[in-house]
Amino acid sequence: MINKVKNFIKILSIFTLIFFTTAQSNSAERAKLLKTDWSFIGLFGKFDKGSLQRGYQVYTEVCSSCHSMKYMSYRNLGEKGGPEFSEAEVKAIAASFEVTDGPNADGEMFTRSARLSDKFVMPYENVKAAEAANGGAYPPDMSVLVKARGGGVDYVYSLLLGYEEAPSGMTLDEGVYYNKYMYGNKIKMASPLSEGIVEYGDGTEATLEQMSKDVTTFLMWAAEPHLESRHQMGFKAILYLIILTIMVYFSMKKIWSRVESEV
Amino acid sequence: MSDHNYQPSSKLGKWFNDRLPLLTLSNHLTEYPTPKNLNYWWTFGGILTFCLVAQIVTGITLAMHYIADSDLAFASVEHIMRDVNYGWLIRYIHANGASMFFLAVYIHIFRSLYYGSYKSPREVIWIIGMIIYLLMMMTAFMGYVLPWGQMSFWGATVITNLFSAIPFVGEGIVAWLWGGFAVDNPTLTRFYALHYLLPFLILGLVVLHIWALHVPGNNNPIGIDIKKPSKDTVPFHPYIVIKDGFALLMFMIVFAFFVFYSPNILGHADNYIEANPMVTPTHIVPEWYLLPFYAILRSVPDKLLGVIAMFAAIFVLVILPWLDTSKIRSAVFRPLYKQFYWILIADVLILGYMGAMPAEGLYLLIARVATGYYFIHFLVILPILGFKEKTLPVPLSITEPVLGGAPNLTTAKYKESFDK
Amino acid sequence: MSDKKPKRREFLFTASYAVGAVGVGAVVWPLVDQMNPDASVKALASTEVDVSSVKPGNTITVLWRGKPVFIRRRTQEEITEAKSVKMEDLKHPEKDEDRAKDPEWLVMLGVCTHLGCVPLNDKGDYDGWFCPCHGSHYDISGRIRKGPAPTNMEVPKYEFVNANTIKIG
Repeated sequence: MINKVKNFIKILSIFTLIFFTTAQSNSAERAKLLKTDWSFIGLFGKFDKGSLQRGYQVYTEVCSSCHSMKYMSYRNLGEKGGPEFSEAEVKAIAASFEVTDGPNADGEMFTRSARLSDKFVMPYENVKAAEAANGGAYPPDMSVLVKARGGGVDYVYSLLLGYEEAPSGMTLDEGVYYNKYMYGNKIKMASPLSEGIVEYGDGTEATLEQMSKDVTTFLMWAAEPHLESRHQMGFKAILYLIILTIMVYFSMKKIWSRVESEV
Repeated sequence: MSDHNYQPSSKLGKWFNDRLPLLTLSNHLTEYPTPKNLNYWWTFGGILTFCLVAQIVTGITLAMHYIADSDLAFASVEHIMRDVNYGWLIRYIHANGASMFFLAVYIHIFRSLYYGSYKSPREVIWIIGMIIYLLMMMTAFMGYVLPWGQMSFWGATVITNLFSAIPFVGEGIVAWLWGGFAVDNPTLTRFYALHYLLPFLILGLVVLHIWALHVPGNNNPIGIDIKKPSKDTVPFHPYIVIKDGFALLMFMIVFAFFVFYSPNILGHADNYIEANPMVTPTHIVPEWYLLPFYAILRSVPDKLLGVIAMFAAIFVLVILPWLDTSKIRSAVFRPLYKQFYWILIADVLILGYMGAMPAEGLYLLIARVATGYYFIHFLVILPILGFKEKTLPVPLSITEPVLGGAPNLTTAKYKESFDK
Repeated sequence: MSDKKPKRREFLFTASYAVGAVGVGAVVWPLVDQMNPDASVKALASTEVDVSSVKPGNTITVLWRGKPVFIRRRTQEEITEAKSVKMEDLKHPEKDEDRAKDPEWLVMLGVCTHLGCVPLNDKGDYDGWFCPCHGSHYDISGRIRKGPAPTNMEVPKYEFVNANTIKIG
């Protein structure tokens, strides 16, 4: 019996392994990505709240001038499992943005300060405007950006740190920059971060690595806002399944003992 | 046990059963004599039923929030992931459930290939199964289009363009499928309608599949006909139910791991970019479960022949019961077939791998060889093998193996009697 | 089989069933809860209404959380009438002062408490509202006076941001 189960598991895990490798093989071609110690990886992985808050600061002060986050709402910033700003802080953040609302009773649009339920204000009216302002390259929406890139967080982190002098022999057009990790090594975004470009309120030193890590963490949360509850629920679910499996296994042995010694 | 002799014990039960014999059906299902030597590869039928039900249930709940409109589809999926209560959980179960469903169906199919379950008198079960498999691929493909990401859009474009290979009417058919001049809103809405419909057709076919199974009864690892009921069989309940349940739970652990800890690993990153009809992703691949067929398609240099080859790859499976000429069912007693079987598995895995790689250079060459071998296996090797192979002696019953040749068949300690 | 065995087996089976049932329950809950109002709906903002153009004796209707809200600027006579009603005549006794903080302004959900239709303005036997669906009559304070509706029309949470603007929610 045990042997049979073992065999079964062996073959099943071979199958699983095979699809892992095929699934992952797609993203393997580029330069080896930089790694850092993400707090949200693993069985109990959680976001580092401080990092999320700092990451939000980097996003608003730097990225948001070109990149939209159209699926995010200001209320998300105060929700559990996120940066968890206090309600007053989130309200203040929202109030610092202007949104267009309306039409009012006279049929006219008007601006008002944003509320918790409003989506993040977009830097450009539409994709065309964004392209026009950025030399024809659309700065991608960042709501699910890390999930939309092979390599995920490691890729985004590496990209932010991957700006280098172009190797001799490579000519770059105006407005095009060399990045070690970009597909084709040519990117239309200038290195967005520089030492001390933001000043962190919590006293953390704003090094290039620190800012890259913070903003990537923030983007990971934006793409997977329920990651923490997913991990918590996952652990409970799997533990539960294992316990029930063991109970059913012994029930099965009991029942089959009426027939023969081996199932 | 005989279905027709069954009488409910209560008066009310008898009254009802005379009018609608549900109790007879339930009695048939619980008492259904099953070979007692079924191994764990036989538990995937139950697992597949679970997969189908899970997909339908999660699918219906997702449909309550999803919007089939090319401007809103992507956003509505994000809405499900962010705002709907447990929306992320339901969507991840549904998305990974598709992969799990195919994993299980492939195991189920390869179990049948190994133990010769498709052979007489079970050809109809096999053919219904193949139709289910075909419908599953269609359903999965259309489901993958619904989030309206880049892979959705370009997958839909590429697959629907397959039909343009048909001479004369191809272009017309493609425009008909699209409802326009390209994949667009009309395509999305009809795919949504069909994606909702097909699972119920599958459900109906599953009922027929099981019905057809219950006529001759299950095949078993040694592939011999057994008397039913006899000391070679056990009633379905509780013996098979508990065993299927145990296997299902193990399967669910793997499933849960994907859902909770790697929910996107089986998907493609590009599908989190909203569909853009002006930019094709640099490297487009179908979902893993369609890769072997995709490799076959690409390995043929001619457009029409490529499409024909791909459909032929499925068609040879449909006519398999007549391609395999061997009278012996189980590979346990077919030493040569057993080796070819494992070569076929390797061949299909290689095809799958090549399907994920760019179609150029060495990859293409290997894919071509593997495609050729796939057809040779079914069209040449199997028919000849039936005549040439020297098979091992087959036991007369499960409880009385000859020469102790069959594995895992210990002497029976069968005490209960089902003779009545 | 010995006498002891069946007992142990029964316990194991019962326990398995029980643990399994807990799991089924845990799976059913998300499937049920997904139909509850989602996070974006629950966060729906308050609505601000400019009421400067509403004349005494008129009612405007605005939409808040998908439902109509009646905002009536009452005349002095209407206020007097609303305040003069005796509590024992009411099916759902509520003082007018408790329903309208500023007696000039009555703000309430324009939804009949019977089965959810929108009552008509300035209709009915009590000079208030009348629901055409099943004939409920409301007075000028939105209180049920006659007909099948069980309670008065609901007053939502609202406040005056300034003299001209009411914020509902």
